[in-house]
Amino acid sequence: MEFAELIKTPRADGVVLHRPFMPTVEGTLCLTGHHLILSSRQDNTEELWLLHTNIDSIEKRFVGSLGTIIVKCKDLRVIQLDIPGMEECLNIASSIEALSTLDSLSLMYPFFYRPLFEVIEDGWQLFIPEEAFKDLESMTDEWRLSEVNKDFSVCPSYPSLLTVPKDIDDESLCKAASFRHGGRFPMLSYYHKKNGMVMMRAAQPLTGTNGRRCKEDEKLINATLCAGKRGYIIDTRTIAIAQQAKARGGGFEQEANYPQWRRIHKAIERSNVLQESLIKLVEACNDQSHSMDRWLSKLEASNWQSHVKEILTTACLAAQCIDREGASVLVHGTEGTDSTLQVTSLAQIILDPACRTIRGFEALIEREWLQAGHPFQHRCAQSAYSNGKPRSEAPVFLLFLDCVWQILRQFPCSFQFNENFLIMLFEHTYASQFGTFLGNRVAERVKLQLSQKTVSLWSWVNRPQELERFLNPLYEPNNLVIWPSVAPQSLLLWEGIFLRWNRSTKCLDEAYQEMVHIIEYNKELQNKVNSLRRQLAQLETEDSPLQTP
Amino acid sequence: MEHIRTPKLENVRMFDKLTPRKSMVGTLYLSSTHTIFVENSEARKETWILHSLMSNVERLPTNPSGSPLIIRCKNFHVYRLLIPLEKDCVDVLASLARLSHPERYGELFCFSFNPNLDKELREKAWAFIDLKAEFIRMGIPRNLWHATAANHEHRLCDTYPSELYVPKSVSPAVIVGSAKFRSRGRLPVLSYYHRDSSASICRSSQPLSGFSARSSDDEQMLQAIMKSNPVSEFMYVVDTRPKLNAMANRAAGKGYENEDHYTHIKLQFIGIENIHVMRNSQQKLIDVGDLVAPTMSDFLWGLENSGWLKHIKAVLDAGVFIAKAVAEDGVSVLVHCSDGWDRTAQACSVASVLLDSYYRTIKGLMVLIEKDWVSFGHKFSHRYAHLDGDPKEVSPVMDQFLECVWQLMQQFPCAFEFNERFLIQLHTHIFSCQYGNFIGNCQKERRDLKLQERTHSLWPHLWENRAEYTNPLYRTDHSQTQGVLKPLTTAYCFKFWKGMYGCAEKSVTSQSPADCLNAVREESQQLEEELSTHQEVPRETDAGQENCRAEGENFRGEEGDQEVV
Repeated sequence: MEFAELIKTPRADGVVLHRPFMPTVEGTLCLTGHHLILSSRQDNTEELWLLHTNIDSIEKRFVGSLGTIIVKCKDLRVIQLDIPGMEECLNIASSIEALSTLDSLSLMYPFFYRPLFEVIEDGWQLFIPEEAFKDLESMTDEWRLSEVNKDFSVCPSYPSLLTVPKDIDDESLCKAASFRHGGRFPMLSYYHKKNGMVMMRAAQPLTGTNGRRCKEDEKLINATLCAGKRGYIIDTRTIAIAQQAKARGGGFEQEANYPQWRRIHKAIERSNVLQESLIKLVEACNDQSHSMDRWLSKLEASNWQSHVKEILTTACLAAQCIDREGASVLVHGTEGTDSTLQVTSLAQIILDPACRTIRGFEALIEREWLQAGHPFQHRCAQSAYSNGKPRSEAPVFLLFLDCVWQILRQFPCSFQFNENFLIMLFEHTYASQFGTFLGNRVAERVKLQLSQKTVSLWSWVNRPQELERFLNPLYEPNNLVIWPSVAPQSLLLWEGIFLRWNRSTKCLDEAYQEMVHIIEYNKELQNKVNSLRRQLAQLETEDSPLQTP
Repeated sequence: MEHIRTPKLENVRMFDKLTPRKSMVGTLYLSSTHTIFVENSEARKETWILHSLMSNVERLPTNPSGSPLIIRCKNFHVYRLLIPLEKDCVDVLASLARLSHPERYGELFCFSFNPNLDKELREKAWAFIDLKAEFIRMGIPRNLWHATAANHEHRLCDTYPSELYVPKSVSPAVIVGSAKFRSRGRLPVLSYYHRDSSASICRSSQPLSGFSARSSDDEQMLQAIMKSNPVSEFMYVVDTRPKLNAMANRAAGKGYENEDHYTHIKLQFIGIENIHVMRNSQQKLIDVGDLVAPTMSDFLWGLENSGWLKHIKAVLDAGVFIAKAVAEDGVSVLVHCSDGWDRTAQACSVASVLLDSYYRTIKGLMVLIEKDWVSFGHKFSHRYAHLDGDPKEVSPVMDQFLECVWQLMQQFPCAFEFNERFLIQLHTHIFSCQYGNFIGNCQKERRDLKLQERTHSLWPHLWENRAEYTNPLYRTDHSQTQGVLKPLTTAYCFKFWKGMYGCAEKSVTSQSPADCLNAVREESQQLEEELSTHQEVPRETDAGQENCRAEGENFRGEEGDQEVV
């Protein structure tokens, strides 16, 4: 298919662009296969380059022959284009609609994007499972890498290489896989070096109504327990929902069959509820006329903050079991691709200082989200302005980032990255020139040959000139476990995302700059003093023979 | 001491604020001013609770392990004790109930508090804030405004300061006539003069207009205020009450200015609720903070239901309206409510903080509080229950002003010289009665109590410790520091003040960026000093080098310490 077929009017003159916090610009609007471009044809004027995939929905309005298109973006920004001429406006609107809702992955911009920078370190090669396994091997010899899923036949949403207990053979893995939803048998998520406890994740067991059991599954997870130790199974669903799942062939681990495990149910909401929550929250944030009562009641009714609290609480619980109780943990919900990953990845941020560095956090996203088969393509197809019927869209990853932001805010010196890093990740999950978040699972990415045909987000982010924006000036490596407060008054609305386009951040940005100045000045002084100290020491050693009696 | 039945109790248990499951056993001492808990642990940690800060002491039913006692303080700290014997607990409760509710000024802590200052230093401390100098600093044009002696010996208005600033053009007769036409004689006088626009903020109480009364003196007074701003053709009268309340006052012979009688005024109602609404609202907010393991919905619903942030927004909106009129439109404003000592003080002082960067400094905020609150007769002892009295007089008026400043600090992180700790410290001392500054209800009462001779001033004490209260992001030459602040007052800009109301939730491990930055700045200062000594050292002399080395080592030692912290 040619993009040209979809573009009815490739350009229009005299278009006026209104954006939050920027002066209006008049210029020429151009539509290309992947971008909406507005150019004023003047030097030094910032132009609009908007990826069609970033467009969540559009609205058209007409006053006489002047048409207006309101473009609502997935990054929550709302822009307005005034286009003279009804026909032009209608054509452009329908073109945008068509181009922003293309389904075919191979037509996505990452396949066409050519980087203007030299790729020095290929992000596709940065986080390969073999490397992660080498780290694990240096700490324990109880695990092995299995190739049982090398053609993705045992579990289509798992990667080809999997870390599993050494004593469990591939045949048992296949049997365990057939007992778990989507073949997602329990696999290693995190090894806690301090006490050797582990966190595993899986999908729900397929016990069904007649209480099926699977010896291999039981053996598999028992293999991760030390002799005489108990473990915890954290089911992210309420007991009621887990019970209901039985009728559809799912279920949960029966105490009788897993006597060494204690099951705890939590109540993390599922996709459509989360999507609705996001829509309500953004709606509340975008109405500036709200009275205080109405704002607070809308904020409450959106339930967003409740979701943040529930997810963080569950993550703290998992971390607590591991670090404080000295017990191993298995986390699952239904499919094991959403709430499960929120919990396992946040628990690692709490427990493992490495995850609070930039590289470590990237590795965490690779491991616990991309390779773990979080369906980014499905979840991020639409954002808060979608007016169509929700399919499988859900801000699962955004909620994870929100939780990370809450921890970052409570421990502002313990993270190597800053809030901008999290916001950037949010943007790229919804629309990006990079291939990293394309597709729903590893198998799909392999098939699409993303690593050959597209550029990795990490190749770009990790360049020193980009990285600078994302470094937290306050960072002091902290090797401790960090326990966030999950009390409602400690959890704030993430203004950097939700009020980003509603209020100017000039003063807050200035404060950030001021902070950077203070710290840079300190470093400068330290360097000066250190060099003087070295000179002094040198002088002293030169002098010392004279002083010795 | 006559109120203390049991001065010492052993084996008392005090529960941890953060984790109620944790507790420490220790000894409880009752002094005439403090309740002190000393842990039996090796560290012998002491907790001192000032009796004047206690708002409520409650005994819960005795259980097998003892008699629980809950002490709630006016700064929202809560202490939970367990006393082994019920009889002792009853005694402690009776003593504290009396000690925390003094009946006479003489019983207040400030009269026994002795920081060992000699007479001269004490006098100097009281002169630390000089309001005369403040009116000069504002740059009042002498041809238009002057200080009048009309209120000498408080003969015109006993709740106003003795020195008042009025338009130079008004005659003594007009001043007296205007005072007669205002509730409690609180006539319109200058609160703040904005040099850049020549517009001013004046304050008063409501006029005694009823349904038809008028006073040509009062009308002349307003006319003169308007004319003291040569460029402007009208002035605003901001009535900070909801219009309905103002109208209701007319039936009692009070009310608001009739625009037909006062030419060239524009009347504006702002709608800040009265002290009773505010008191109930804050109580609901405190209850939200007291909830045990609330869900997010409990919390947000409670926050909404308390109405607290709505009231904070109303106060800030009043300040924004006045500041905009004065700075942008160059129009003078007369602010009043009913008596002109609560909402009026809030609105004037919030507007002043927005208008004048001086009030955003440590010293400037002290001056502002001294001017708009202390000198103009905000009833501190009534509002903050210094003495046992009418509970209907109590209201968090000052709390709301401090919170408005805090909300502004969230929007303008570089604009304030002080930090959150400073505001919280101020809040505590408004209740503590440790210093004489906030004792009594007006200047006259303070003079009669001879506070300057018998008590100490808070301000120099805070000033000496200003390093602790400094915002690391503040820089006098920063663009945010200059000029008028124009805050957003959209509902979502207001936050729950966790540092004030969320005492129980202060996570031990969480870090404050401001503290980190202050540490960095302190280190930079030491480095600067070290650099300058290095550069001063003449290279040839051995002695100089040794000095230097010693300092270097010293510094390294400190660096090590900081890492541990």
